[in-house]
Amino acid sequence: MLAIDGSFLDFKQLDLLALRQTPVHRLDSRAKVLTTLCFTICVVSFDRYQISAMLPFLIYPAVLMAIGDLPFGYIMRKIVIVIPFALMIGLFNPIFDRQVLMQIGSLDIWGGWISCISILVRAILTASAAIILVAITGFPAICEALEKLKMPQTFAVQLLFLYRYIFVLTDEGVRTARARQLRTFGKRGLGIRHFGSLVGHLLLRTWERAERIHMAMLARGFAGEVHSTRRQSHFGRAELLFMSGWISLFILLRLYNAPQLLGGLFTGTLP
Amino acid sequence: MHMADALVSPAVGGAFWVAAAGTIAYCSARVRKDFDDRKVPLMGVLGAFVFAAQMINFTIPATGSSGHLGGGLLLAILLGPSAAYLTIASVLMVQALFFADGGLLALGCNMFNLGVFPAFIAYPFIYKKLVGREPRQARMVTASIIAAVVALQFGSLGVVLQTVASGVSALPFNAFVLLMQPIHLGIGVVEGVVTALVVSFIYQARPDILESVLQEKPLGKMPTKSLLAAFLIATVLIGGVLSWFASENPDGLEWSIAKITGSAELPETEHKEHAKLANLQEKTSILPGYALPAEEGHSEDSAQTASAERVGTSLSGIIGGTLTLVICTLIGVFLKRRTSAHPQQAK
Repeated sequence: MLAIDGSFLDFKQLDLLALRQTPVHRLDSRAKVLTTLCFTICVVSFDRYQISAMLPFLIYPAVLMAIGDLPFGYIMRKIVIVIPFALMIGLFNPIFDRQVLMQIGSLDIWGGWISCISILVRAILTASAAIILVAITGFPAICEALEKLKMPQTFAVQLLFLYRYIFVLTDEGVRTARARQLRTFGKRGLGIRHFGSLVGHLLLRTWERAERIHMAMLARGFAGEVHSTRRQSHFGRAELLFMSGWISLFILLRLYNAPQLLGGLFTGTLP
Repeated sequence: MHMADALVSPAVGGAFWVAAAGTIAYCSARVRKDFDDRKVPLMGVLGAFVFAAQMINFTIPATGSSGHLGGGLLLAILLGPSAAYLTIASVLMVQALFFADGGLLALGCNMFNLGVFPAFIAYPFIYKKLVGREPRQARMVTASIIAAVVALQFGSLGVVLQTVASGVSALPFNAFVLLMQPIHLGIGVVEGVVTALVVSFIYQARPDILESVLQEKPLGKMPTKSLLAAFLIATVLIGGVLSWFASENPDGLEWSIAKITGSAELPETEHKEHAKLANLQEKTSILPGYALPAEEGHSEDSAQTASAERVGTSLSGIIGGTLTLVICTLIGVFLKRRTSAHPQQAK
């Protein structure tokens, strides 16, 4: 039961983080969306055996978490949840890819292990970028940014509806699940038999709610567009600086293997 | 199953982004043209419903594990293809952002695998055909189960093809297919049964909801030409990406092509094409020839010498990598200190 409530509250907390007021929260959302996309593309464009060159990219989540005043433990927990899938596929690499790429003493390191670790690093970097984007921007602002970047309006309106009702309805789903759990003994009663009518009722209530909402909106002059009351943000000098700064850093880090150069200073094997 | 950013390459992710975005534009235009404005709030609220329904688990008989509703096919049955695709796409977007489930670049792949197949293949060509004009409960149950299985088989095949074409995972096509398809057969049956249960409940309580969608003639009205054109473009895009990567990733794709065609070598003309594409790839990649030579180590000897040469650079890589991590952490901690030391500045 705690697990049900937990996943819901967890969801809500990420949304609340977007309400903070820090310099990165105040930036126009387009700059943040495009920078995050650029970050993701740079990270996944690395060769499959690359690890060291990807590590400097950690600077982006680290700096944003710090300036955005985001709780480190919470973000880490969210990332740990999503890693297993990528890792599960990644763990097949050592089985299929056994060419020796590196030797440490007499220990042969297969290419598969290197690419498996590479997948892990990719997963951490890309997942943290996505979660931090929501935590410093907020979902409505991301929709707004995408709409300004030419996403169809119908889809944008629909996304905003989804977001507005997700908390109301998830709350209802959690209550339904809790009520059922309180009336069951162990695993009895949690089976598939009553699932249909339980979810069906939820669906009917949802459907009727949607009809009422639509009536109410028509009565208030809804004509297919949601007007946001958020302050209008514009793409100014701060945004330009943020985007150009980060993106040029990403490109530099993509072109030059910074850790290799740094390590070379110490071991004296600079090319 | 969601495709993950960590497994996708920029070209595959980008191609599917274009395909998914194109489908979104097409579906938005359709929903708009039909002037079904009642549907837009309904779509949003039903998208939220999918999350709510996922809070309610059930135990799967005979396995003891628990599952929840996926919802793609259910949305297609309730809303029709175009509206359902938009709703599924928005659900996936929330999952990608709030749960990092999949990720930003893999979002296009996921919209394609979990949206296009249930909404544009399984629903119109299987569910609707099996149910017919006048729905009966028994037929609806069978149709939902078969349609869910087909949608999930296509979806998991999509994940396999995208993963193999990306070349980040070393899993060969055949092994991956043998791993994924049976698992998704099971998942498909469960999804189908659950969808059937909900659909038959709705049919008993409010048959008008289901009938109004079935009476619509979306496929009759949908111009077959543009549908064909869309599929053609998708095929060319995907085929282009796959062949592009076949040149770079011979151990994965060409191996499976050899298995399928029965010959290890593709015809001569194909080779020329590959060379051209490889050339293009060389030109467009940000840093050509930067990648570690993966195909070099076919013979033991060359692998040995190559690795011996690499030990020096690896060592500096490890030292440098550790230093980088320390530096990143220190910068983060330093900025954090400053942010919390001057809260008024942050306000």
